Amino acid sequence: MREAKAVNLRNKTNVVGWSFIAIAVIMICAFYFYPMIRALLMSFQSGTGTNLSYVGIDNYTRLFSDSTFITTLTNTFLYLIVQVPIMIVLALFISVLLNDKDLKLKGFFRTAIFLPAVTSLVAYSVIFKYLFGADGLINAMLLKLHLISVPIQWITDPFWAKITIIIAITWRWTGYNMIFYLSALQNIDNSIYEAARIDGASSFKQFTKITVPLLKPIILFTSITSTIGTLQLFDEVMNITKGGPGNATMTLSQYIYNLSFKYTPDFGYAATVSYAIVILIVIFSILQFKLAGDRND
Amino acid sequence: MTKLKRIFIYVFLSASAIVSIFPFLWMITSSTNRSIDVTKGKLLPGKYLLENLDKAFNDVDILPALLNSAKISILTTLLAMLIASLAGYGFEIFKSKAKDVVFSILLISMMIPFAALMVPLYRMFGTISQTVPILGIDTISSVILPTVTTAFLIFFFRQSTKMFPKDMLEAGRIDGLNELGVFFRIYVPTMKTSYAAAAIITFMSSWNNYLWPLVVLQSPEKRTIPLLISSLGSSYAPDYGVIMTVILIATLPTAIVFFLMQKHFVAGMTGSVK
Repeated sequence: MREAKAVNLRNKTNVVGWSFIAIAVIMICAFYFYPMIRALLMSFQSGTGTNLSYVGIDNYTRLFSDSTFITTLTNTFLYLIVQVPIMIVLALFISVLLNDKDLKLKGFFRTAIFLPAVTSLVAYSVIFKYLFGADGLINAMLLKLHLISVPIQWITDPFWAKITIIIAITWRWTGYNMIFYLSALQNIDNSIYEAARIDGASSFKQFTKITVPLLKPIILFTSITSTIGTLQLFDEVMNITKGGPGNATMTLSQYIYNLSFKYTPDFGYAATVSYAIVILIVIFSILQFKLAGDRND
Repeated sequence: MTKLKRIFIYVFLSASAIVSIFPFLWMITSSTNRSIDVTKGKLLPGKYLLENLDKAFNDVDILPALLNSAKISILTTLLAMLIASLAGYGFEIFKSKAKDVVFSILLISMMIPFAALMVPLYRMFGTISQTVPILGIDTISSVILPTVTTAFLIFFFRQSTKMFPKDMLEAGRIDGLNELGVFFRIYVPTMKTSYAAAAIITFMSSWNNYLWPLVVLQSPEKRTIPLLISSLGSSYAPDYGVIMTVILIATLPTAIVFFLMQKHFVAGMTGSVK
């Protein structure tokens, strides 16, 4: 009986199994892998609109002398290096505070801090654009509190525009990451902390020696998703600063969009820039896996 | 724990909560005020909500955008559930070495940034437009097709299927159900909570999707809610009250879904990582 069942199951495995996954495999190939191959071919072509011809590696050498590309790359890196660590540390810190079993109003705090994560990127970007306008509410409040004497040009100054974008993204995603840490913290046995307390470990020590090592896989996961997200940043910059002033806040994704749909379309070069993002994502993911090191031991 | 530390915790968490909620409160009160009051920094609710609503539906024409967004999000969610759960089920129940290889290859697609797909996809749909206009640029299907299948959801359903009691499937087979019957009659009803979680996540990301619709939906009557908000937001003489009303209406569906199904939402987000 058992043997017959096993054979029966094996046949089904081969025929029925494949038919269950067929649609998904076809769709992923058609809308992810096939376009990626097309993009790779396009990245060696140049021309306007649909009149493309092969130009070898010209597009790739053009990257290094293209000042807009260098600016957008620097901006994207800046968001990555400044924003992702701030957000992850903040999210970790809040989740540790929220994990305290004696804390009152826990549900309220958690829901409130998570709330930004359910808003549409475009909607919150427009709200932030108005809040941070030169005569917007943020400046009005800062002036009233006498923290500043002249309004800050949050949107139109190259430096402050970057800060505004960083504040906006941090507002939107901290609660999102916090939820991952909270659900992981709930799986940690409380007795580990009790033992540490008996041994006289301070809260800070407990955090660095117990919480962080145990959450390492989830921290790795969130930092990779945040990195991929930041490298693709588009909606916020497009709707808060439009990439300006000049190109001061423009990101790689927005540059690709502009190259394809705003300036005279150069799909070939746009594909080359998009491969730059792909390469960066691969490098950063490998790097983060390496940094996280022996997590599976 | 010392008293000082307690106080610090509550102050810190309260501050974080206030910062998180404040833009929402501002959006809500601004939707009840005139544009001029919003610019003056009025933070209290006014009595212009009805007037703003009237403008949102008559001057800004929010209704077609809402309908477009609803059509796209609902269709995307239904199709995504079907495709991803069939695949997740197939990968887990009919496990084989070859399928595991295919599965890992599918996972690679999660690393592909959309910005890299945008240009070739646009050109693909441009070509499709010439032969099958109904699937081409500026149609609902051009928005749905590239976004409906994600490796994330397939992974999510595969992980959920691991917890599924496999004996139930065998029982169904003995009762004479075919493989699709087993899937639809036994698996789908038992996995309701997984479907709920996956559906919320999918609906929200589809409802809020911006970049791809911006690329393919070119005629104004086809635009979705995020496209409408974006174009309102970049106007030179913005009517703040009306814009906030539009944003409020656009945020309501996702906010309601979130508050009704908070647990499922969180399960959908974190379910695949555990």
